[in-house]
Amino acid sequence: MNIGVVTFPGSLDDGDARRAVTLAGGEPVALWHGDHDLAGVDAVILPGGFSYGDYLRAGAIARFAPVMEQVIDAAKGGMPVLGICNGFQILCESHLLPGALIRNDHRTFVCRDQVLRVENTETAWTRDFSAGQQITIPLKNGEGGYVASPETIRELEESGRVVFRYVDVNPNGSVNDIAGVTNERGNVVGLMPHPEHAVEDLCGPGTDGLGLFTSVLQRVLA
Amino acid sequence: MARVIVDVMPKPEILDPQGKAVHGALPRLGFTAVTDVRQGKRFELEVPHVDDESLAEVHRIAETLLSNPVIEDFTVRVDA
Repeated sequence: MNIGVVTFPGSLDDGDARRAVTLAGGEPVALWHGDHDLAGVDAVILPGGFSYGDYLRAGAIARFAPVMEQVIDAAKGGMPVLGICNGFQILCESHLLPGALIRNDHRTFVCRDQVLRVENTETAWTRDFSAGQQITIPLKNGEGGYVASPETIRELEESGRVVFRYVDVNPNGSVNDIAGVTNERGNVVGLMPHPEHAVEDLCGPGTDGLGLFTSVLQRVLA
Repeated sequence: MARVIVDVMPKPEILDPQGKAVHGALPRLGFTAVTDVRQGKRFELEVPHVDDESLAEVHRIAETLLSNPVIEDFTVRVDA
């Protein structure tokens, strides 16, 4: 099972994302922002970091990278795509996911182990979780406030497309404590916290993040 | 050459933490008359001629790249 991980100029967590894929039992494939094809991968991860220095808006320039044309086409065709942190921002800028991420309401960078509730276990990336399961994974962002129009928020809530919700504390001012969302088809998921930093007991708050990477392997096998 | 200005502002209903931070700094500096601050971006685009075609293109640039319509509004005007 080949899972592509795109590296943009300024990506930080591409290495950890590839390692998470390996630990989950998949085969990571390094993709480059300038690539014009996806090397035959079965799924794609857009990792965290500060692509293009977050110039203009976080994710705004990366969205027009050559490789994104293929990623957007593949996502529309049903390929599983996961965006983590900056990857989530890129998916929103690409309009593959609704809404946008703005600067944290308290205006400071946040870095903490964050409890999340998994609210949708039907997506390509969350099948290995149980509904309502609480997981703890690192969160680190300066622009993680999820916003969307009231109509969009209502639609997301009514159709169960809020995948992850912050528990105990809202760390960045996100509407309705939303930490992650999915598209209508459930193949594209974006979240601000970092599951790839919680895949080994040695470092990070545990292995709760592994479930996202094992889920997609099931999906690809099925 | 002519210059076209694109101003991008956060939508009124969207929280603007940067504007809030600037506003919060004013009283500390002794400026007390300002009741609110919103922070946006100004882009200056050089074009060979200003005509319907070039302005239409600037509009497309503003809506696809310079602004995010989910959170921002923009205006286009020719620099006098």
